[in-house]
Amino acid sequence: MTSKLLFKEMGLVIPGQELAAGMDYLPGVGTLRSGDNIVSTSVGLGDVNGKVIRVIPLKGKYIPKVGDTVIGKVSDILISGWRLNIGWAFLAGLRLAEASRDYIPNDADLSRYFNVGEYVVCKITKISGTKFIDVTAKGPGLRKLGKGRVISCQSTKVPRIIGKQGSMISTIKEATGCNITVGQNGIVWISGEDSKMEFLVEKAIRKIENESHKSGLTETIGQFLEENK
Amino acid sequence: MAKKFQRNDKRKIDEIRPMEAKVGVVPSAEGSAMFKMGKTIAIAAVRGPRQVVPAHKQKSDRGLLRCTYDLMSFSVNDRKRPGPSRRSSEISMVIENSLLPAMDLSKLPYTSVDLYVYITQADAGTRCVGINAASLALADAGIPMKELVSAVAVGKVDGNVILDLDKFEEDQGEFPTDIPIAMMPKVGKITLLQLDGKVSQKELDEAMKLAEKGCKDAQEVMEEAFRVKYDLDGGKKE
Repeated sequence: MTSKLLFKEMGLVIPGQELAAGMDYLPGVGTLRSGDNIVSTSVGLGDVNGKVIRVIPLKGKYIPKVGDTVIGKVSDILISGWRLNIGWAFLAGLRLAEASRDYIPNDADLSRYFNVGEYVVCKITKISGTKFIDVTAKGPGLRKLGKGRVISCQSTKVPRIIGKQGSMISTIKEATGCNITVGQNGIVWISGEDSKMEFLVEKAIRKIENESHKSGLTETIGQFLEENK
Repeated sequence: MAKKFQRNDKRKIDEIRPMEAKVGVVPSAEGSAMFKMGKTIAIAAVRGPRQVVPAHKQKSDRGLLRCTYDLMSFSVNDRKRPGPSRRSSEISMVIENSLLPAMDLSKLPYTSVDLYVYITQADAGTRCVGINAASLALADAGIPMKELVSAVAVGKVDGNVILDLDKFEEDQGEFPTDIPIAMMPKVGKITLLQLDGKVSQKELDEAMKLAEKGCKDAQEVMEEAFRVKYDLDGGKKE
């Protein structure tokens, strides 16, 4: 039996919709195999990468994954570590040994490293049953965030905000001269010389969020930034 | 005999009241939807996946689906006393059970998906309209679902099996029979089948046929709601 695709690439798919018939295709994220067919399990944009069919969701809460770089807000200081809010149902734990490349003495005041309310770029190292999440702040690009503006957006829109090979984010950075860090959990940190530019970045990100399912977005955003500079 | 039967609003025997669906009506919720069938209107909102409160109810092997269904006090002619009642807790459970077969919550252990279904205007068939709104809201919230569960009620009035009764028809006759049915039409599975009244085997078979058609119609309206929301012509080829 020959396999064939039953949907338009980057078109809207709905739970229960058949995406492909035949065993030549493989079910990826957001799909499942039902008999010989592949069926969508979420509302999103259908995508084929080689043999793998996946659905890029349009909406949904951030679900942590090992290896994700996220931005967390320090919500609690413990005896030997911190608890970070990463926008998931449970707080993530940052242990002392994973907090800094420097040696932290036993009697140190932990609020000097990360205080409650501060934002930290960290990476998820371990997840046990979605509840116990370990993060590290040691590694390239992982650090405490300083002065800037923090906004939160839909985590499903993060790939669009970054763009292919970072094309979208570098367009925004070049046009506004702001430093931007995007966490996989949808928290974005913007820091620039000029608060006007920070506002402009926020506006651009909101625009991406609203129009994420449309094509040719990088050009639209480039134009938008030029017009509003 | 059945062909002579005239419905109050001139509908055919297998015709649902005009339907309307809208997704994203509660902006602060993770997912939400409105579903309308004739004069019955339901609004559903989804919160979560989030931490289970009280914590002793959390499950280490799966997530929970917790549904709250209620009528707004102004939704019926006589004021409905606000707050949970025997009827609303039962229907909450019924909605929960009819949606669970379409969901896989094993990947979200320790969490709960909280679903709130409120009827703002009631004109019979509220649990079915509630299920339709709820499954739209769950899909809108990005909760994985095998298919959009759709529901419709079948009833018997004066010995005639008819689809989607309104309040007038429900109150007709001496022994009105009401059969709410929810199903996953594409998979071909029934997730809810209740019966209030008496039917013969033949009548029930007839009712199931009507319900299958009705659920398919309702599902189409539900799917259209997403296409309207995202302003796309749909992913179907050709």
